Amino acid sequence: MNGAQALLKCLEANGVEMIFGYPGGSVLPIYDALLDSPIRHILVRCEQGAAHAANGYARAAGKPGVCLATSGPGATNLVTGIANAYMDSIPMIAITGQVPTSMVGTDAFQEVDITGITLPITKHNYLVKDPAEIPRVVQEAFHIASTGRPGPVLIDIPKDVLQAQCLCPDADEKPVVDIKGYRPNVKGHPSQIKNAVKLIEAAKRPVLMIGGGIIHAQASAELFELATRANIPVATTLMGIGAFAETHRLSLGLMGMHGTPYANLAISKADLLIGIGVRFGDRATGDVAKFARDAKIVHVDIDPAEIGKNADIDVPIVGDARIVLKEFLKLTPPMEQTEWMDQIAAWKQNRPLKYRADQLTAQQVIETVGNLTRDKAWVATDVGQHQIWTALFYKFNRPGSFITSAGLGTMGYGLPAANGVQMARPDDMVILFTGDGSFQMQMQELGTARQENLPLKIILFNNHALGMVRQLQHFYCGKRYSGVKMTFNPQFSSLAEAYGVQYYHISRQDAVESTLKEAFDHSGMVMVEVAVDEQEMVYPTVLGGKGLDELIVCD
Amino acid sequence: MRHTLSVIVENKPGILTRVAGLFARRGYNIESLVVGETENPQVSRMTIVVDGDEKIIEQVTKQLHKLIEVIKISDITQEESVHRELILVRVAADASTRGEIMQICEIFRASIVDLSRNSVMIQATGDQKKIEAMLTTLRPFGIREFARTGRISMVRGSK
Repeated sequence: MNGAQALLKCLEANGVEMIFGYPGGSVLPIYDALLDSPIRHILVRCEQGAAHAANGYARAAGKPGVCLATSGPGATNLVTGIANAYMDSIPMIAITGQVPTSMVGTDAFQEVDITGITLPITKHNYLVKDPAEIPRVVQEAFHIASTGRPGPVLIDIPKDVLQAQCLCPDADEKPVVDIKGYRPNVKGHPSQIKNAVKLIEAAKRPVLMIGGGIIHAQASAELFELATRANIPVATTLMGIGAFAETHRLSLGLMGMHGTPYANLAISKADLLIGIGVRFGDRATGDVAKFARDAKIVHVDIDPAEIGKNADIDVPIVGDARIVLKEFLKLTPPMEQTEWMDQIAAWKQNRPLKYRADQLTAQQVIETVGNLTRDKAWVATDVGQHQIWTALFYKFNRPGSFITSAGLGTMGYGLPAANGVQMARPDDMVILFTGDGSFQMQMQELGTARQENLPLKIILFNNHALGMVRQLQHFYCGKRYSGVKMTFNPQFSSLAEAYGVQYYHISRQDAVESTLKEAFDHSGMVMVEVAVDEQEMVYPTVLGGKGLDELIVCD
Repeated sequence: MRHTLSVIVENKPGILTRVAGLFARRGYNIESLVVGETENPQVSRMTIVVDGDEKIIEQVTKQLHKLIEVIKISDITQEESVHRELILVRVAADASTRGEIMQICEIFRASIVDLSRNSVMIQATGDQKKIEAMLTTLRPFGIREFARTGRISMVRGSK
């Protein structure tokens, strides 16, 4: 058995069913071994697509996604996808080929120092120099990627190591992982948990601030129990969307820069903020000096480095969200909070989310799609205005069903990520909301989708512009629009036809629901192009340096 | 304030890059960093002197902990510790000044490790203050060059 075969055996032992990849010279031994392996290989059209697909797969399958690329440009094409997974704490294993050991450091053909390049964007990475290390490295990589705060791990393997003979790793006997410097703490400190519950009991205006950590920890049921028992309204970050049912009366929806008025007002007026699985990122807090000024802050996170990094914390709790919430539930009594509930209801009544009703908008389409597919579909987005509108108007009820690039804000993420989701969930409906800007960044992945016969439902908002950047220029550059006009776009109908994708077009408000229904009834892949106005803005918005309660809304 | 961090890491290639890179990209200031073997060949000890307030040092420590190959971090700033640096200094010296320089060396318990017609090379160890004091005393003779290690530290007492 050679190193490549050992690698695949080890992946198999870790439950890997498929790999998203692209071949090349340095990974020839892996591609050769794939022919005799039960692991499926999904051929993408660009390595960045492989990384995003592995990301989408990981989020929908609930286990690490695996992507594979050759040395040099293959490896560097993964970089954006790795950085994206790092920012959103997505468990991912990236495997790269490397030039033979004897040529490392000589600027050989397709050589790049990928472990050096990915140092700041991986949870850990490995350069394997001996095939005998492969079982241990793979085992450690999966352990590191999927425990604690999840993240991407890269394994770089020189070609000669892939070709060298080694002992067959025993599939039943996985190497025991023992990493001295890596022991994530999952149990919260009991006295801090007591302190937190005391604050909950004393609070008159508590708010739960929920992030992706709840979804990673699968703690939505416990969160729901805590929120409903103590009547604490729930605001989420972009990564936390879906962790708490958005149609529930206690849901405040998205908070932050583009948060709902009631989420941002509740946080600004709160006397207790309980942040769980969040990192108090700048898009969630606005000006951090003005953030939750009247509130004591409890922060629960698995990553100790997040606690106190951005916001000053009164009660820090390092631990797994689910385990800590279970402890909260042992101590927290039922509470009424009548006054606070009335206040929240009044804000929802008087400061609702809204959008213009006099013309066709992306918001209307997204809301309609939400009403047609809520609770059953997976929804991926690209990055930009349509992404935030999806976050605001779809109303997600299912944890983890909103698949988006939050921290890095990677345009082009959507289509390959949707491919990964559909590969993980072949029988479920997968919707992609995208814009003409984002879509053109990775639209070659239509080829991957068609090759695998994926029945994606693509909804493409075409405003012939880069709407989010245009919006930034509107507010920050005195409406001097620069580089944001897509004066040439392809005929997306012809593009759909070229790829054998069923195409629909929406240009009138009264056609929205009927066209969507027709498209969703189609068994194969569809593209619904929606013509929208470039002047439309994402509201609410909180400008730079402002507090969350200083939001601008749609008039 | 200056803090001295004693960091036990796995003795693997690339760990120095990981630590140095972390400091660079998060904007922390390293004053000195020394890495060397320990009694256990599988681990190395890094002694890092870093400047910053409590909040920064807390972040530095937490971020270092996130590196998989970092095993243990102790902030030994407040602890009763022994700190040492090593310096090699080449000082201008002719027959007329050599005697005086040798006296200075004796006071600082330094030794002369090389001699030429118009200079001497002095080796000294000690804490930062002692090294500074010796350099100040030698300066009037003309310091040609010096090479200085960073600080290595160890907590006093029985373990």
